[in-house]
Amino acid sequence: MTNVTSEIRSGTYFDSVVLMQLQKGILELDGVLDAGVMMGTQANKDVLKHSGLLPHSSETTVAEDLIISVKAESTSQASAALKHVDVLLNSRKSLTEDQEFRPRSLDMAVRTLPNTQWVIVSVPGRYAAEVAREALGFGKHVFLYSDNVSVQDEISLKKLAADKGLLVMGPDCGTAVINGIGLGFANQSKSGPIGIVAASGTGLQALTVTIDNLGSGITYAIGTGGRDLNNQIGGITSRQALDLLSRDTDTKVIILTSKPISSDAGLELMQLMYALEKPVVVNFLGYAPPAHRIGNVFFASTLRQTAELAMELCDKFDRSTILKADSKKEFASSQRYIRGLFSGGTLAYETLLVLRAFTKGIYSNIPIDASYKLDNSASSDEHTIIDMGEDEFTVGRLHPMIDSDLRLRRFQQEAADPETAVILLDVVLGYGSHPNPAAELAPIISEAKSLARRSGRYLEVVVLVVGTESDPQDVVAQTKILRQSGAHIETNADKAAIYVGNIIFRLNPSSKASLRPVILDKTRQSLAAINVGLESFYESLVRQGAEAIHVDWQPPAQGKENLMNLLAKMKG
Amino acid sequence: MAKINIDQANTTAVERMMSARPILTSIATARDVVPNMEDNLLLHAGPPVEWEQMSGPMQGAVIGGLIFEGLVQNETDAVSMVEAGEIEFAPCHEHSSVGPMAGITTASMKVYQVKNTTHGNVAYSNLNEGYGKVLRYGAFSEDVITKLRWMNDVLAAVLSEALANSENGIDIRQLLSEALHMGDEGHNRNKAGSILYTAKLAPMIAKLAIDSDVASEVLQFLADNALSVLNPVMAACKSMADAAHGVEGSTVMTTMARNGTELGIRISGLGDKWFTGPVGQPDGLYFPGFTAEDASGDIGDSTITETVGIGGFAMASAPAIVAFVSGTPQDAVNATMEMYEITVSEHNHFTIPVLNFRGTPVGVDIRKVVELGITPRINTGIAHRDAGVGQVGAGLVRPPMNVFEDALVFYAEHYGLV
Repeated sequence: MTNVTSEIRSGTYFDSVVLMQLQKGILELDGVLDAGVMMGTQANKDVLKHSGLLPHSSETTVAEDLIISVKAESTSQASAALKHVDVLLNSRKSLTEDQEFRPRSLDMAVRTLPNTQWVIVSVPGRYAAEVAREALGFGKHVFLYSDNVSVQDEISLKKLAADKGLLVMGPDCGTAVINGIGLGFANQSKSGPIGIVAASGTGLQALTVTIDNLGSGITYAIGTGGRDLNNQIGGITSRQALDLLSRDTDTKVIILTSKPISSDAGLELMQLMYALEKPVVVNFLGYAPPAHRIGNVFFASTLRQTAELAMELCDKFDRSTILKADSKKEFASSQRYIRGLFSGGTLAYETLLVLRAFTKGIYSNIPIDASYKLDNSASSDEHTIIDMGEDEFTVGRLHPMIDSDLRLRRFQQEAADPETAVILLDVVLGYGSHPNPAAELAPIISEAKSLARRSGRYLEVVVLVVGTESDPQDVVAQTKILRQSGAHIETNADKAAIYVGNIIFRLNPSSKASLRPVILDKTRQSLAAINVGLESFYESLVRQGAEAIHVDWQPPAQGKENLMNLLAKMKG
Repeated sequence: MAKINIDQANTTAVERMMSARPILTSIATARDVVPNMEDNLLLHAGPPVEWEQMSGPMQGAVIGGLIFEGLVQNETDAVSMVEAGEIEFAPCHEHSSVGPMAGITTASMKVYQVKNTTHGNVAYSNLNEGYGKVLRYGAFSEDVITKLRWMNDVLAAVLSEALANSENGIDIRQLLSEALHMGDEGHNRNKAGSILYTAKLAPMIAKLAIDSDVASEVLQFLADNALSVLNPVMAACKSMADAAHGVEGSTVMTTMARNGTELGIRISGLGDKWFTGPVGQPDGLYFPGFTAEDASGDIGDSTITETVGIGGFAMASAPAIVAFVSGTPQDAVNATMEMYEITVSEHNHFTIPVLNFRGTPVGVDIRKVVELGITPRINTGIAHRDAGVGQVGAGLVRPPMNVFEDALVFYAEHYGLV
């Protein structure tokens, strides 16, 4: 036996849909078999009657009366359900918090929040390039967290971005700080005078944290992605970032953490850094720096040291201490190379190390990179540095520190080469060495210089003199003689190498055209970004007070390859 | 072949859709006005379907239609006649027509004529029967037929005369624009529109009344039926969609309709070809005594509203029926926002107050549907699976994805892209 209990509420109105939902709620209650909640129109009463839910008392109801009728296993359950009606009606008003609309496409996100400057992409690598390309098409900078993006895609994305004056940070870019807002994985750090360019994610995070802990702060932290300095990519993002930081008035010191500079792109970056007005602290991850300082570029070997040095330079950098190559010397256009003729192996090797920061590929009989091993040590090729103390030169001879004959003949050979611009020699004094090497060298240097002059060239001769005033040869006297011959004198290998390196830079200018400047508008109150991919990146943007919108991204065409291909053909 | 500018073609199609100006001008007999109408032809909703494949409500409506035409006296004779192959079936859509639910339209039925005065095409729809046991849900009992005859003889005559005496007919686009600002979305909710419609007709009906009882009866019928305006609205939407059809290279959907068994779409740049797939089961709320078990497969041409950017697409303007999309007014806004993802444009004439009078999303681009995996939202009534029971609920349904994928593949082949 079932029980129908009813209630009629006069003069109430609810939309039928609200009532249908209410009815659904009642049906879920204990023991309820059926329920009808309807306004008392004739048509509705017919429906209720059909279901056996029409109360006897409802014959006189009108359209403004609400009929609530419950059929349950017992009368008490029916009554309980009726009492629950108001609970259900009121609960409607306090449903879970409204979910803001989440666009599925980037297009929609851009239309929804048009003032965004950045798109953060963390979708699977297979789709990431396409999303990034679309973002660039909308004129947005891209933070590309995704990995497994091909080198070809990276190149095309970065070229496209560079043409538009936009940045592509990444792929595989873990972190960045823009206008005080951390993107991806980032620490909450103070703002301050230091701008950072970095390939690595954790390195950048560690730097920002160290700087913050030491009481300073950053303007920007820009990630480039680990492959940016590959020759194929050409350091596009790194160059853009350096340029951007050099123009940013709040940035006093720039930090670059990078893989060792060994590619063309890396060297071009070094050239770019030397040309800047601001000090740059470079941290070659895990590798010995080529020098402590080259002009405005300072080298540090740990992250902490990098941070400390940068902070120190904020206050103490003096531009007048920068040594630059003398541009008045008139080299001929054929003259492009350095030739180093060393009697000491360590001095030769240190020179090679330092010159890595200025040029790639110096041929040698003791090269750093085996592919630059000279086939024949008797003959130079492009940039060449020879250690003449090696066995191949000393078989049946005295060491060149004692007998300079072979080195002097090699000197004349190099001086006669129209491609030679600089000859670098070491002169190591002291007991056991040649008693007066300057007297032998000086006439040959002046002769070579005047020969060059007569052929329309300028020959630079740099002599690295290692000795003390108490040495039998007297370093002061030796230096004086050599200087009179027209040689430039240095007393440390690194300084000599930097001096030579600056000349090399001047004679081998970069063929790269300068990139269109990237403008990051800081006048905006805050960063606004579109997040495509990992939702946690969106949440952290919001928590930092950035304006953000999350795209509920799905693989295009549900990942169906054939349809994706067709769609690609149906663009535009 | 010259490269087609699809975006350009779609813009053209949607411009035509939006600039179409549907005016309800008159009521006439289908036989006299509907293109290629035949006495033994029954028009039905959705894509082409044969008798054997028809759903319960569709078969019931066919039987009722034949009884109404006087071709048979009862169900048995009707079935025999159909099985003997004496009756032809064709989609309303292929005859410039649309019909809600089963959409059965016979030669003797009166139809609304809606003329698109911008492009000159005309579209047709039958008259709305109201609620309860009605032909469009497959009912064919005597009272159903009696009501149909009253509509055809009395209601149609009064409306026809009223329209004939109105100066410029009734501008349905304008009426819809206004109704969207009054809480309608034009498909599931036509309360405001039906009131506006009745209000426009009432003075003319009263003025021309010879018998005030008849006038009162007609006005009562219009006023009691919150769907009175649905059929003229559907014909108006059809005239807009047809104006957008046939634009070379366009990927805009110009037809979406269900016959209870299959849902079919047609594409502006792909001629008369249908792309079909099995209909879904609407997810919705049910009237007392009914559950999802009772529901028929999705049915009706009323998705012509979504096709031209209202109905489910204008959900944000109808917060009163948000429960169909699961709950809150924000969900209604989200429903409309989602449709902007797959459409070409925002409507010039249909705007949504709550979205700061932004135009409704209009012109479904099948490329976007396939790319984003978002199918159009459809607000729909739910029919009982058995003929003649009637409406059992209302809710939300989506077309099967395959129809869009198939259309995309066909497009690529048709235009030599593969």
